[in-house]
Amino acid sequence: MEYFLQQLINALTLGAIYGLIAIGYTMVYGIIGMINFAHGDIFMVGGFIALIGFMICSLLGIGWAPLAIVLVLLLAMAFTSVYGWAVERLAYRPLRGSFRLAPLISAIGVSIVLQNFVQLAQGARPKPHASVITGSIKLHEADGFAVNLSYIQIVIMVVTVALMAGFTLLINRTALGRQQRACEQDMKMAALLGVDVNRTISFTFVMGAAMAAVAGMMFMMYYGVVDFFVGFLAGIKAFTAAVLGGIGSLPGAMLGGLLIGLIEVFWAGYFSTEYKDVAAFSVLVLVLIFRPTGLLGKPEIEKV
Amino acid sequence: MAEPALVEVRGVATMLEVRGIETFYGAIQALHGVDLAVRRGEIVTLIGANGAGKSTLLMTICGAPQARRGAVLFEGNDITRLPTHEIMRRGIAQVPEGRRIFARMSVFENLQMGAAFADPAHFAADLERVYTLFPRLKERHQQRGGTLSGGEQQMLAIGRALMSRPRLLLLDEPSLGLAPLIVRQIFETIRAIARDEGVTIFLVEQNAFHALRLADRGYVLVNGRVKMAGSGAELLANPEVRAAYLEGGAH
Repeated sequence: MEYFLQQLINALTLGAIYGLIAIGYTMVYGIIGMINFAHGDIFMVGGFIALIGFMICSLLGIGWAPLAIVLVLLLAMAFTSVYGWAVERLAYRPLRGSFRLAPLISAIGVSIVLQNFVQLAQGARPKPHASVITGSIKLHEADGFAVNLSYIQIVIMVVTVALMAGFTLLINRTALGRQQRACEQDMKMAALLGVDVNRTISFTFVMGAAMAAVAGMMFMMYYGVVDFFVGFLAGIKAFTAAVLGGIGSLPGAMLGGLLIGLIEVFWAGYFSTEYKDVAAFSVLVLVLIFRPTGLLGKPEIEKV
Repeated sequence: MAEPALVEVRGVATMLEVRGIETFYGAIQALHGVDLAVRRGEIVTLIGANGAGKSTLLMTICGAPQARRGAVLFEGNDITRLPTHEIMRRGIAQVPEGRRIFARMSVFENLQMGAAFADPAHFAADLERVYTLFPRLKERHQQRGGTLSGGEQQMLAIGRALMSRPRLLLLDEPSLGLAPLIVRQIFETIRAIARDEGVTIFLVEQNAFHALRLADRGYVLVNGRVKMAGSGAELLANPEVRAAYLEGGAH
């Protein structure tokens, strides 16, 4: 029981990170129908900027952890947003209207560019960083096994829940969110109502990148290490999460992230660590066979 | 009757003027130099068979696609090369072919989208006006657009267009696929919008009978060219028009 609880806490933490990344995949797919394969690398860039941000903070003598975290969070979101915006502007927008695979290939190219750029600029070796938040709460102890909820896990979950709630409100309740949804459903009609479609698409990329930045920062703080290649596997997992939840669906991305986190951690905890990725991807295969639109996906056919 | 009535129209408060528009889809030319004009306060209709280029003309006015040659003038300003969203923010609204309701948004949200770039101070009054015009929409204001019937969707499309307080309303086949009773109702509403609100209307229709009876003037489009022009009554009486569009010709 204690072991189970501990795994559950770990799984929720990981799931939160996957969910944050998955939102970027699902939103971009929703609005322009492409899989942004560079999104995982945007997440990695977010991790690096957080690392640099914390170093700057300690150089400036900002020692109080909550202040440092907020500053680094804003820094990472701002910089990564620029990356997201620029990638769309330079690598995808010129290809809009060409054949469907073109932006996909371009995305893979951007992914390689970002990885190599970071590898050259920051070096290939993993960059460790001392924990910013240490300590934990002992929730329960029995038979010499303690269930710990670390402060960093609390921070990750609280930030993720707050961010997702805020984001859901933004999309569902504000004029900007309504325009985003309108473009998602019918770009041509949105333009006929005066919506600047290009700006809305840029906004989507910026939002996705900002979420990925938060995920990258959390990842870096949680594992205390980041390297130029972490975006690849995390990106694929988050993409799997988006598909599992139903690509194009916002709550689907959050649910999918959580499920992938649960499957991965529990498989590793009870069966084998080597095969945790196989477990996550197998569930994806099963879902796609029996429910191709994902768990919360919208059916393609609609009354016109 | 063969020459479009452009000369007589020019000089009077011309709201929309289309000059020698040529529009292409890739290598295929859809419009071969269309000239027409709509005066302030008029109801003008454009009739023609399926594939004549009627919808293409409306979309060209809105800049999607842009005309390769020729010019579109709205209230005297050249809007030919403006992006669609800028054209639409100048006081033009379109009720497009197929209605294009946002299926996963509620009726209310669809109307909010219509008012996306209007003065928020008018929102409540404009909403009330649309609900007065179409009480059915008020009953269903929380329902998702995709679950409405065809007639209700048409009402919503018109209501959404009105929410931006357009001076020029472009309507693309509002009668398509609707029951005769609903068609009559929709046309009555269009008449009321023009009469009571002073909105200028440019109406594209395959349903020539209803359209010509409603309109002050009409144009006939054949294979991307304006073939005839005249008052609604004149065109209704014209034997060629009757043969081609009214007596079971090109429906």
